[in-house]
Amino acid sequence: MALKTEQMVLNMGPQHPSTHGVLRLEVELEGEIIQSVHPHIGYLHRCFEKHAEAMTYPQVIPYVDRMDYLASMYNEFGYVIAVEKLLGIQVPERVDYIRVIMGELQRIASHLVAIGTYGLDIGAFTPFLYCFRDRERILSLFEMTCGARLLYNYIWVGGLSHDLHPDFVRSAKDFVNYFRPNIKELNDLLTYNRIFIDRTANIGVLPLETAINYGITGPNLRASGFKWDIRKDDTYSIYNKFDFDIPTGQGLVGTVGDCWDRYYIRVLEMEQSLRIIEQALDRLPEGDVTSAIPKRIKPPAGQIYSRVENPKGELGYFIISDGSLNPFRVKVRGPSFVHLGVMNELCKGHMVADVIAILGSIDIVLGEVDR
Amino acid sequence: MKTPEEVFNILKEKFGDAVVELAASQPVDPYIVVNPKEVDKICQYLFDNEELSFNNLMNLSGVDDSNGKVIAGQNGDKTIEGGTLSVYYHIESTKHKHKIVIKASTPRENPEVNSVESIWRHADWHEREAYDLVGIIFLNHPNLTRILMPYDWDAGHPLRKDYKNPEFYHGMKVPY
Amino acid sequence: MIYQFFYTITGSYLIADIIQSILPLFIFILPFALFAVWLERKVSAHMQDRLGPMRVGFHGALQTIADILKLIQKEDIVATENDKPLFNIAPVLVFVGTYAAFAVIPFSSAYIGSNIDLGIFFIVAVSGFVVAGILMAGWSSNNKYSLLGAMRSAAQIISYEIPTVLVIITIIMVTGTLNLNTLSEMQTGHFWNWMIFGGPQLGISKFLLIPFMIVGFVIIYISTLAEVNRTPFDIPEAESELVSGYHTEYSGMKFAMFFLAEYANMFAVSAIVAVLFFGGYQSPVGYLGNLLHLKWLIPIEQLFWFTTKGIFFVFVQMWLRWTLPRLRVDQLMAACWKYLIPLAFVNLIIIGLITLL
Repeated sequence: MALKTEQMVLNMGPQHPSTHGVLRLEVELEGEIIQSVHPHIGYLHRCFEKHAEAMTYPQVIPYVDRMDYLASMYNEFGYVIAVEKLLGIQVPERVDYIRVIMGELQRIASHLVAIGTYGLDIGAFTPFLYCFRDRERILSLFEMTCGARLLYNYIWVGGLSHDLHPDFVRSAKDFVNYFRPNIKELNDLLTYNRIFIDRTANIGVLPLETAINYGITGPNLRASGFKWDIRKDDTYSIYNKFDFDIPTGQGLVGTVGDCWDRYYIRVLEMEQSLRIIEQALDRLPEGDVTSAIPKRIKPPAGQIYSRVENPKGELGYFIISDGSLNPFRVKVRGPSFVHLGVMNELCKGHMVADVIAILGSIDIVLGEVDR
Repeated sequence: MKTPEEVFNILKEKFGDAVVELAASQPVDPYIVVNPKEVDKICQYLFDNEELSFNNLMNLSGVDDSNGKVIAGQNGDKTIEGGTLSVYYHIESTKHKHKIVIKASTPRENPEVNSVESIWRHADWHEREAYDLVGIIFLNHPNLTRILMPYDWDAGHPLRKDYKNPEFYHGMKVPY
Repeated sequence: MIYQFFYTITGSYLIADIIQSILPLFIFILPFALFAVWLERKVSAHMQDRLGPMRVGFHGALQTIADILKLIQKEDIVATENDKPLFNIAPVLVFVGTYAAFAVIPFSSAYIGSNIDLGIFFIVAVSGFVVAGILMAGWSSNNKYSLLGAMRSAAQIISYEIPTVLVIITIIMVTGTLNLNTLSEMQTGHFWNWMIFGGPQLGISKFLLIPFMIVGFVIIYISTLAEVNRTPFDIPEAESELVSGYHTEYSGMKFAMFFLAEYANMFAVSAIVAVLFFGGYQSPVGYLGNLLHLKWLIPIEQLFWFTTKGIFFVFVQMWLRWTLPRLRVDQLMAACWKYLIPLAFVNLIIIGLITLL
């Protein structure tokens, strides 16, 4: 008589050290093999879109910060570009350069968190602290500029809230020189570590067609081998003036599109961001950053969908304006929301320990998933 | 690369009355208004056609158009009768690098739109969110349940313009 | 020698026996556990570019005592669904399994808990208590996570006992004795008489043995890492996956016992490796006591050398923990069955052939 086995439902509950926030994963297991994964979200839903309808356009910016709280500069960047396109105003060149510098510094900070916590999930405790030590230097650069370390309210419609501190350019150049060799140290410690490769190569392979169909963008899409970057393919601000490469996944230690590729793309992107920052710092023009900020922001009735390349993927803002001071509808297409939808597809057939590896590699932030 | 006018003409030829109009007068994005019950066929055509090949759904949003009659109730709250709820689809082609916006409007009292989940799996969660927050029902969706609000929230759809918070939820007082 | 000392003081075999057997617990294991916790926190901190405990005592030396005081006064939570007898016995069993191994380890030539001829065999046998304790802890917690953690831990410990035993057999073949005291005495003299350098007999077989002894040492070190559930083999207590594994539901004093047992176990296996391969309590360079003609100094020096070797291997274990990520459970099993066991077998055969020379 054969033993009847049942499927076990394991609940990786809202409180869990590895789910990067309050996320509930309902995992159906057959022994140790996963049959399906259902994410349950909504624990961090703060009704951003409803709030945005009750406030004026500049008042929305602090709220926008708090969605993807690890990459606040980019959230503001995306929103501000959408409103400026709707208004049809141009910003001074200095403002564009500073926005790019802040955005790329923010990209490095966000990737450092992603890499550090990914190592922590796999069990390597030390790279996490090295990454956060480097991130501290970036946060002190931000603090020097606008006074805040995590949620800035710095990029405003038509300009910036403060000009750069006189020491900023020198400190930022120091940081770039300090950080470059640290990437090599990180590679030695974690990226090419045999055990790390065993845990992440050939796990959670995302084929390219599936990726595009599920709306995956950003480093996850590039890791599947497709060279698609909104900074180059649908360019915004002044990114077309800079010279940088788009790294794609090549399956160096496993298949194209596995967890190791998604992790390695982030390491490579940090290097490219350093290049952009260097070029921008060298060519920073003079100017007044607050001159183009309008007194009252009252866009004409219409709608726009504009997108930027968040560190996590494509961040899109769909703003409908009805001609008044408050937006009629602001819909945020957050990359983490979309990426979480592909978890079920990625996890089928793997083991429980791999759920953590896969979840860490797609790099979600619950603030953006739930808004 | 095709302009929105060209896409509109191709669709109008193929689908006739299902494609209603091209609204291009307002800033910034022009959009094509289509019949909500034919939206999946139109999107399937956009996906399959070689010259168009819109293989990437960027965004799908539900909007409360709030264009019906506003009835002021007591306590300063309002209800809206009539009017429409809309779904906006932002799609693009990674091959040809063109984009288009499609809008499908349904009556507020009986909002039903065909689901495009079978074409782009991306639409799955976005449609659930549109159902949850605006109340649009997507036909043929595999799992149309609430996604951001609690599963047993029965007090309506929060992003509607005439939504009012309930007094109590499971014995907890809702307004602060 | 210590036994005689106590006998002369108290005049009764029974009391001397009792004092001698609780001696290692209070004089050695408990202070060592306190020291090891502090050492772990300092080692991990300095490797992670930070400082670790600095305020309580000089450079945080009294931190562990503060932690123990805190743990003692915590509420002892026992959920209603738990299987109470099993729940309460499990930490005791785990602790007993590790503590009993100390009975046959020679700390110095003057003191050995119990000089039985079955030394190593006794240690391997008594480590089985730990498995039973862990399974009990996982089951009685009434928690899916704990059960998963406990089962993985049991599978891991049982599998990794095999390479351990195989390497122990090679040592037995070379030296011909199971008794740890005799083994330590055989490695007397200078460090080239240690087992890892081929043993005390000078001859062609000594030099032939050296590479295989090194391989054997690496195998047993890795296997004992897995036995004590340290990274990279710490799946059972993987914090980021199973929230703490089989001791998730324990609090207060019982949790402290698991904790203590882990550090005692770490020292026990380090001591075993030191005794088997690195000369036990023998000094690598000769004794100060011999130089100064003070006979009573020698056992104290031997205790010092023994402790140093043990702490060094514990330090290497901590170093590995904070550097390497952890292996997944099937990779862990594959590492044992597909790599370590065949390697240990081949090693055994070759060393056996060499001893025939």
